[in-house]
Amino acid sequence: MTTSTKSTVTRTDGIGASPRRPDGTAKVRGEFAYSSDLWHEDMLWGATLRSPHPYARITGIDIARALALPGVYAVLTHADVPGVNRYGLEHADQPVLAEDVVRYRGEPVVVVAADHPETARRALERVEVGYEVLDPVTDAESAVAGQGAELHPGGNVVRHVPIRRGDPDAAAEVVVTGRYEVGMQDQAFLGPESGLAVPAEDGGVDLYVATQWLHVDQRQIVAALDLPEDKVRLTLGGVGGAFGGREDLSIQVHACLLALHTGRPVKMVYNREESFYGHVHRHPAVLYYEHGADRDGTLRYVRARIYLDGGAYASSTGAVVGNAATLGVGPYDVPNVSVDCWGAYTNNPPCGAMRGFGAVQAAFAYESQMDRLAAACGLDPVEVRIRNAMAQGTVMPTGQVVDSPAPVEELLRRVRAKPLPPEPSGEPDLRTLPGGVSNTTHGEGVVRGVGYAVGIKNICFSEGFDDYATVRVRLQVVGGEPAATVHTAACEVGQGLVTVLQQIVRSELGVERVTVEPSDTTIGSAGSTSASRQTYVTGGAVREACLRIRDALGALSPAELGDKVLDETVEWRHRPTEELHPETGQGNAHVQYGFAAHRAVVDVDTELGLVKVVALDCAQDVGKAINPQAVLGQIQGGSAQGLGLAVMEEIKTEGGVIRNPSFTDYLIPTVLDMPPMSIDVLELADPHAPYGLRGVGEPPTISSTPAVVAAIRAATGRALTRVPVRPEHITGT
Amino acid sequence: MRSDEPMGGFADDALVPADGEHGAEAFMPTRRTVLVSAGAAAAVTVAAGKGAGGAAWASAAGDTRVRTVGAGESVEVALSVNGQRRTVTVEPRVTLLDALRERLGLTGTKKGCDRGECGACTVLVGGERIKSCLTLAVMRQGAEVTTVEGLASGDELHPVQEAFIRHDAFQCGGCTPGQIMSAVACIDEGHTGSDAEIREWMSGNLCRCAAYQNIVAAVQDAADAGKKVRR
Ligand code: FES
Ligand code: FES
Repeated sequence: MTTSTKSTVTRTDGIGASPRRPDGTAKVRGEFAYSSDLWHEDMLWGATLRSPHPYARITGIDIARALALPGVYAVLTHADVPGVNRYGLEHADQPVLAEDVVRYRGEPVVVVAADHPETARRALERVEVGYEVLDPVTDAESAVAGQGAELHPGGNVVRHVPIRRGDPDAAAEVVVTGRYEVGMQDQAFLGPESGLAVPAEDGGVDLYVATQWLHVDQRQIVAALDLPEDKVRLTLGGVGGAFGGREDLSIQVHACLLALHTGRPVKMVYNREESFYGHVHRHPAVLYYEHGADRDGTLRYVRARIYLDGGAYASSTGAVVGNAATLGVGPYDVPNVSVDCWGAYTNNPPCGAMRGFGAVQAAFAYESQMDRLAAACGLDPVEVRIRNAMAQGTVMPTGQVVDSPAPVEELLRRVRAKPLPPEPSGEPDLRTLPGGVSNTTHGEGVVRGVGYAVGIKNICFSEGFDDYATVRVRLQVVGGEPAATVHTAACEVGQGLVTVLQQIVRSELGVERVTVEPSDTTIGSAGSTSASRQTYVTGGAVREACLRIRDALGALSPAELGDKVLDETVEWRHRPTEELHPETGQGNAHVQYGFAAHRAVVDVDTELGLVKVVALDCAQDVGKAINPQAVLGQIQGGSAQGLGLAVMEEIKTEGGVIRNPSFTDYLIPTVLDMPPMSIDVLELADPHAPYGLRGVGEPPTISSTPAVVAAIRAATGRALTRVPVRPEHITGT
Repeated sequence: MRSDEPMGGFADDALVPADGEHGAEAFMPTRRTVLVSAGAAAAVTVAAGKGAGGAAWASAAGDTRVRTVGAGESVEVALSVNGQRRTVTVEPRVTLLDALRERLGLTGTKKGCDRGECGACTVLVGGERIKSCLTLAVMRQGAEVTTVEGLASGDELHPVQEAFIRHDAFQCGGCTPGQIMSAVACIDEGHTGSDAEIREWMSGNLCRCAAYQNIVAAVQDAADAGKKVRR
């Protein structure tokens, strides 16, 4: 790393401040160009024909009648994919357009381009696809056991990760066991998938798209189109939320394919229903746990078997399995661990990245277990957690020694010390009852409960992945004033990365004017906007580039640069991580851990089975809050998604078919469901990270769900082993 | 390519080109086709009179402002949008949202669901907030429509827009135009007496980034500022 004699400047618009977002004004004026808002003269509209069956053999595709429709410019099948008709984040196992078999309900089979979206939809209705319906595999556990059809060569196990530490036969005085289930959650970003592909004169294509990782999109597109990398150029369109759901391809190859075929710009926009089919979801899970402890609650061992349903294609299932396994015992010091986690292929909708990425499913189970253990030992739930809390120096189940602060105990103490909301008294305000003004019991059966949870998440990419970001920073004098520009391919998806990058440059170079250029593929990869990693990695890269510029400046101040342009491009990586040993799961797999704890207070109408989350308070260590306001926003947003999983959010599938692909039937928290939060932000520096910072976005999603469920258990005495908790689980009817 | 150019590409065309074989009944059974089949024999009854609103559907039979439009035919709709007179020629089944976004180039109004579930498409019509995906453009003949693009005066943001920035009341911003239009109306309606009241009256606007706490603060702040100005 470069050394510099000048030090980082404290500024009101730099690191540690909360300056205005550079995209804020455009967003409140309605002028921010989301990918769905793009328009091009002469453009056509693309649409996708999807499989109506979860599993079927395709016996024939007849496109003649669709092609004959006036206004239709292209009707394409797998035969029109010039390159490799397979893509995927980890394994190239997913066809761009289905060939002989469809493996999930909603799988793309045919794409069309037409002069209007309605024409395109009509054309799809004229396509005739013959199907021979097959028996779908819809249960992950039996898929792992080898039952049912083999959906991919090599079998239906995408990945199995075993973790073995200590004595596999360890025994204990107190043993608690449980089987837990987590439903399939959806990212439900508000701006559905969309993009615009514009064919170029050089035979290539320019794609404007809302995504999380431009370069991994590009890599998959060029393989499918059989074009060299420089012929497929991507620019980030405005992103209406992501949460993991934009890490895989949706419209990308289809739009480019149609644009190249027609020679016309092609826009594709999914509607809400199609969006439920158009991206991966959070893996549903079945988890078996056994915790053994001394009578005083000290953990002796944890044994677990975790089954994650990856759906029809692998997506990022392998990495999700790695997380669920390595983080499977939670933020606790456990001497003897035996965890097995499997990700399975089934004919359910494909699952992949969603905020929390494997850590969420495990946390619901291990935190439920900690409450059971507390009850079995006659201990307070916070006390049992504190007694087992990991700390700096703890050896993880992978053998990795935690070498930065891990203030698990402190976080728990903090949420416990927060004042509780006042008990309801007198005539209830209907608006505050579970179910709100439509509550029909007027609150007679309402019981209050309090619950706690703490969670752990790995930050950045793990298991030996070469995780880096490329940035270019330039400094020059413009109009008599020093001005800096930052260019990266990192995706701003709403989290505020562009603000953070400006702040870092302002503090490092002491300039006020910092422009963040549009993200595109004319520069190297910045990696994915996921794993809570962008402030760490792209932020770290920007810092490094600034330090080099400071060195080049020498004794000069930026204003004294004259005509000189200082221009630094750097590729910055975090400390390397290691692969896990295939049999023991040992290895320094993660670069950093993040922690958050929640205390939830709920009112439960025990007659109606309705829940109102009255308070959801949080303490989280962020190492260093580069932008405190954005940190709070991430904690609130993550907590809300955790609340959603606890009490309302689930994609219901039946035989592989999604039953609720709409916001009427798939519920996400409204402003009435989400209480105002009291949040403690700790800043215990990680000595290995830029500015000591710790990734922020995911940890709050992890502990929020089990805390809410623990509170409902406290109110009702029910076991509640499945999320989301449904009214019938509470009423027992 | 720019996002703010007028969507001139198909401004004067009928929404759907004629297709002899497949009439409107060939479409998926959406809300729109329900309306189509409610009209006699693939014809649609539209309110053609100035200012006709949703009520015209119910009272259509004896109303002289009503005329019948054949399938695939278009209707001219005159609107006042953000204080400007605008005319669009649309098929009767085109929503106000699509007319704004695709005909008038006003893409500030967002489409999160197209069926009244999310609130991203909230606009003001005659000063009242409505979900523009749940109303047909022809039902709003002559109406005064305000979209998020019409709030600021030049460089000066509307106080609600200012408050949203000050309180960081958004992340991705996908819900923000709808939240802001809803907030303007909420304040105007006087539904800002307490945080609980604001929450109740803002609950039709989803925010997946869950910037709710900051949205409530922004609405409260803008409402308070408004009171001070009025005094
Ligand atoms: S787009 Fe109109 S309510 Fe969602
Ligand atoms: S700011 Fe993203 S949906 Fe509200």
